[in-house]
Amino acid sequence: MIDQLRQTCRKLLEEGAVKVVIGYGQDKPSMMPHPVFITKPEECDRLVWNDLCFANLAAYITRKEIKALGKPAVIVKGCDERALVVLEQESQFTRDGIYVIGVACTSLPASGVGNPRAAKCASCAVRTPRYADVTIGEAAVGSSAVGSSSCSTADAEFAQLDEFMKKTPAERFAYWKAELSRCVKCYACREVCPMCYCNRCIVDKNRPTAIDTSATIKGNLAWHIARAFHQAGRCVGCDECTRACPAGINLRLLNQSLAKSVERAFAYKAGMDKETPPVIGSYSLEDKENFIQ
Amino acid sequence: MSDATGFEPKIVAYVCNWCTYLGADLAGTNRLEYPPNVRIVRLPCTGRIDFNLLIKTFEMGADAVIVSGCHPGDCHYTAGNYHARRRWTMFRELLDTLGFEMDRIHFAWISAAEGKKFQQFITETTEKTRALGPYTAYREICEASR
Repeated sequence: MIDQLRQTCRKLLEEGAVKVVIGYGQDKPSMMPHPVFITKPEECDRLVWNDLCFANLAAYITRKEIKALGKPAVIVKGCDERALVVLEQESQFTRDGIYVIGVACTSLPASGVGNPRAAKCASCAVRTPRYADVTIGEAAVGSSAVGSSSCSTADAEFAQLDEFMKKTPAERFAYWKAELSRCVKCYACREVCPMCYCNRCIVDKNRPTAIDTSATIKGNLAWHIARAFHQAGRCVGCDECTRACPAGINLRLLNQSLAKSVERAFAYKAGMDKETPPVIGSYSLEDKENFIQ
Repeated sequence: MSDATGFEPKIVAYVCNWCTYLGADLAGTNRLEYPPNVRIVRLPCTGRIDFNLLIKTFEMGADAVIVSGCHPGDCHYTAGNYHARRRWTMFRELLDTLGFEMDRIHFAWISAAEGKKFQQFITETTEKTRALGPYTAYREICEASR
């Protein structure tokens, strides 16, 4: 499979069909794979693929450094491709302006404690990319090919959130107070996020200062509310923010609470279907309003 | 007005220019009395109200927040309130997960003809907030951040 992947990329670069391949590289087997940007055909042997390839490479499509290189080819897993769907809906690129190399998740990550992929992979509905120009590999058993915006009826996806919501509001507030007090405002959560592509983030604007920039609990809470809510109905649940967080804050919970409300209230799941209008930016006369007097 | 502890709730109401603000105006011209605890902030449309404003309001010591605008179908900008409705549906869910006290955040549709409803809504909200007491949980984190 890896040979096929390298060959595909080499051919693309040799033919000049793309200028850069965004893929995974790994310096040593003992180290985590990391993103690599291949511009020369002979460098394609640096590409790797294994079940430690966590990074969501869709995040690099919108970066100006990549755009400056020319047409990119990007290697995506089925879940990463959902991010591409959202970005395309938001006109961040044109589909013929990029080449999508899909890789099927051939093995499921071990569902052990401490495996950052275990939580999201367990309830994954898209182990094979659906809109890729070329797809490499066959998805592992247990995969399902989802072509429409069908929403998962299984509650497994939100099990962690449901468990958390059993706490009282005061307990939840205390939990976040403790968690977010560890935040050092490094903004790694923003930098790895494929959906955070604003040229200037609201937290970097200081006239007026909407969000207190100090790394105090007040400023941290305001920041994490803004970060999470700016992804409402857009977050594809790739969990890169949670993985990138040096303080180990479970940002997944916040993303999930929004994903769940979007799924329950508007029957929408970000990045599943290109044709469904995005939940933010559209509305329905039938939207529920039981909280409005 | 104040109770034994001397607590007077601070309430900020973000209202739309075209409906609720005129509803408040009508309450005024009709001499309908309502508690002075509410500070009204007029914005063009409920669709304009940024969620950061709500957070900022709590940071600045509000005990409750009101968001109010035109009834569905009556928006001056055709659809601003429909967009707002979607947004608040999601935002409430996020605040609930974070453990906010949800009975301190109020939403209402009040038209320009509903001066009476405005009076009642403000009175009810003030009384509810008075019963809840100050939003100490939030004030604590703001104090801790000085």
